[in-house]
Amino acid sequence: MATSVLDHAGAAGIHPEKTGLWAWITTVDHKKIGILYGASAFIFFLIGGLEALVIRLQLMKPDNNLVSPEFYNQLFTMHGTTMIFLAVMPLSAMFFNFFIPLLIGARDVAFPRLNAFSYWVFLFGGLFLNASFLFNAAPNGGWFGYANLSSKQFSPGLNMDFWAIGLQILGIASLAAGVNFFVTVLNMRAPGMKLIRMPMFVWMSFITQLLVLLSFPVITVALILLMFDRLFGTHFFVPLGGGDTMLWQHLFWVFGHPEVYILILPAFGIISEILPVFSRKPLFGYTAMVFSGCFIAFLGFGVWSHHMFSTGMGPIADSVFSLATMLIAIPTGVKIFNWLGTTWGGSIQMKTPMYFALGFIAMFIMGGLSGVMHSTAPADLQQTDTYFVVAHFHYVLFGGSIFSLTGGAYYWWPKMFGHMLDEGLGKLHFWLMLIGFNLTFFPMHIVGLEGMPRRVYTYPAGLGFESLNRIETYGALILGFSFLVFIFNVIKSTRSKVHAPADPWNGATLEWSIPSPPQEFNFPSIPTVHGRDAFWEEKRAHGGKLPEPARVSGAGIHLPNPSYWPFLAALGVLLLFIALMNHASKLGPVYIFAAVSVLFFSIFNWVFEPAEG
Amino acid sequence: MDAHALHPATSTGIPNRKLAIWTFIGSECLFFASLISVYLVYKGKSLVGPYPSEIFEIPLVTVGTALLLFSSLFVVLALNGCEQGNRKKFLGWLAMTILCGLFFIGMQVYEFTHFFHEGLTMQKNLFGASFFTLTGFHGTHVTIGVIWLLSIFIEGVRGHVPPAKALNFEIAALYWHFVDVVWIVIFPVVYLMNS
Amino acid sequence: MDSSAQAHEHNFPERAGEYVRIGLILFVLTALEVGSYEIAHRPGVPLHDFMHTGLIPVLIVLSAIKFALVALFYMHLKWDGPLLKGIFSFSLFLATFVIVALLALFIYEGKFSAMIGSLMGATGT
Ligand SMILES: [Cu+2]
Repeated sequence: MATSVLDHAGAAGIHPEKTGLWAWITTVDHKKIGILYGASAFIFFLIGGLEALVIRLQLMKPDNNLVSPEFYNQLFTMHGTTMIFLAVMPLSAMFFNFFIPLLIGARDVAFPRLNAFSYWVFLFGGLFLNASFLFNAAPNGGWFGYANLSSKQFSPGLNMDFWAIGLQILGIASLAAGVNFFVTVLNMRAPGMKLIRMPMFVWMSFITQLLVLLSFPVITVALILLMFDRLFGTHFFVPLGGGDTMLWQHLFWVFGHPEVYILILPAFGIISEILPVFSRKPLFGYTAMVFSGCFIAFLGFGVWSHHMFSTGMGPIADSVFSLATMLIAIPTGVKIFNWLGTTWGGSIQMKTPMYFALGFIAMFIMGGLSGVMHSTAPADLQQTDTYFVVAHFHYVLFGGSIFSLTGGAYYWWPKMFGHMLDEGLGKLHFWLMLIGFNLTFFPMHIVGLEGMPRRVYTYPAGLGFESLNRIETYGALILGFSFLVFIFNVIKSTRSKVHAPADPWNGATLEWSIPSPPQEFNFPSIPTVHGRDAFWEEKRAHGGKLPEPARVSGAGIHLPNPSYWPFLAALGVLLLFIALMNHASKLGPVYIFAAVSVLFFSIFNWVFEPAEG
Repeated sequence: MDAHALHPATSTGIPNRKLAIWTFIGSECLFFASLISVYLVYKGKSLVGPYPSEIFEIPLVTVGTALLLFSSLFVVLALNGCEQGNRKKFLGWLAMTILCGLFFIGMQVYEFTHFFHEGLTMQKNLFGASFFTLTGFHGTHVTIGVIWLLSIFIEGVRGHVPPAKALNFEIAALYWHFVDVVWIVIFPVVYLMNS
Repeated sequence: MDSSAQAHEHNFPERAGEYVRIGLILFVLTALEVGSYEIAHRPGVPLHDFMHTGLIPVLIVLSAIKFALVALFYMHLKWDGPLLKGIFSFSLFLATFVIVALLALFIYEGKFSAMIGSLMGATGT
């Protein structure tokens, strides 16, 4: 290791870290792209959260008229769409980007430029969706866009065009990233990093990519048909022309159910990293965890119609989908017992990430249990379209995904930015979030069972909904405030002069073996892996503790060249969809031709540009 | 030696780009499965004509099918030639492949215009909508394939596709075969099971 | 250009003969597909009655064989390891499942439900 160890200042001369706008636009470094994903997704998360707060303020008292019914429709549609596609998915993508290469001992992803392309397409898709507010035409047909409510007849404005085209753009980003990370996990592992030694976060992310690759094409087709209906006057979902609106629901949920696992499996992975480290014990039942993850993903493709029990599919379909859905409780239960088994008898260290991990387990169990309740078709008929369902999916998506992602942020923050987050503020954040979350969503079970319908902009006085709705709104304000504490914590840590050590938590995985934040090339020399929990193994082999790793020069390490073609190609994708949206205008064909030219020109230059040099 | 520098060792031994194109193909299976499902679910649900059995020209489509099938043979022969460094075999068969692809697109353009004249449009009925969407997206894939193969042909003529870089061609060929197998499904399911 | 020298160096097997043989089989199978279709649509020719009822299964079998031949030989899956075979087979399995499930839901659910309903009625439950 004595080859080229230089001090920090000396290293800077050889691989100068470029900053500034141009460096970010042309970056192909997975860590920078990860940070871009995280920053953009967090802003979208705040926008989606703001929408939720307005919804809660509107519902705070009966017969309220804070917002109009029309704007309320836009708010709940954009809240759902934003949180799913622009917050939770890309926040997971932040961790995929930053940590999959580090956890498997690689210098970058398999296709660095494709990775940049995915990010820019995601960003443009998100901006496109939100730009609809500027035209006072935000999507207003629900995040599931049920036809024929979303067809031209009932949504004549631009609203659902923005929705369909926006999701189509985001789908391209997800599919490109899916191919990239699928290949990265299979092909870029360090020597000795067998599949069955991979950290659980990598496993769960890998399964997530599989779900993305196999479910997004289905929504792509559904959206194409909807766009054809809206733009070209076909009748795929227009009953007057023979179209069947049930087909939309089936195609949407063939995608939609795997999508919920796309949202939760990365969260499972993060929890499975945090619990062992703060219990000072290897993950309990590693192999069972891997196979239960595979089993969840596999079953996830055969349960979609549990979202459609109230459509009257027939007794056979109801029974089959009901049973398949109940089966999923088994592998999920396996996971929960394994997490509990991991903490059992461990020497538990109650650091902030651990608070969030334990909070996750408790909240997710509650969401899982209400999920099993509506797998029973007759019970679902009572619960569907009420606040009971809203309570259920917020317990799994907020109590599950967001708790886990926030825990992941506290856990990996020192590695990403080289500063520790404040423990006290972190714990304050946790308690505010836990209390606010339960105040907001627990009462929804009750008002839901009492019959309060979803997606209706107000309710009359005297139905017994008033006090619980007021409590929900107070809870939502506490929840919102908890994220201000987080932002304050981030600002405070960024300003602090104290640098995080390479291994603040005595971590088990390879990312803790390199300096915080990692250097551009990640590993000065590619590590060799001898077992699961590779870094714990290495520390044990060296009698406990390793010296703080030094920053090294990295001379002679080949890194991919920065490139602006992915950015331009992504711009071409955006322009193409905008042109399609305006195809009927006088210059429509010209717009389409121009956009296709930008796209092809960028792709050709991308292909013929040397990847590294 | 040289080949090793171009394709650094991967954990599975499969080059990144080859694994990527297979992953993409796997994803595309679900794309076409959805389109085929839509076509089949709407089969016989059109409220007005023209109906499939009145309008299909089986002989014409059979010729197109044969062309696409042969193009799959030609492209493996070309790949075999490229891997062996046999320039004549590589470029000759590749040119034949591209020609077959172009003829297939020509067949489809002719078929579509013929259908328009018969009054079948995407707006006319569910058959028109689902038929044009399914075969149109397949045709788009063929077109992209032709452009891809053409760019490899041009690179090949310039001598930029030596055996060490045969992977560049192999992934395009895999994509081309996939487009062919999709048609192997579409041809019987859409055209021959038309009653 | 010493292209022939490189050929020996890389030692790629000459598979042209095998590929052409597969091509011929594919051609014959396509002819059989179209032939079956023609027989099914011409009353009076031999085998018409069989093909008239059995056309769909016959076509499914023939096209499945064509599909498998292209995938195994032209796409080299015969010579590739389990990973690529697995990716493609799993995707195909899921694709088939989606098609079959949607057809069952749209076309057969009504018939099955009616059948079960009448059975239950017959037994008096
Ligand atoms: Cu579901």
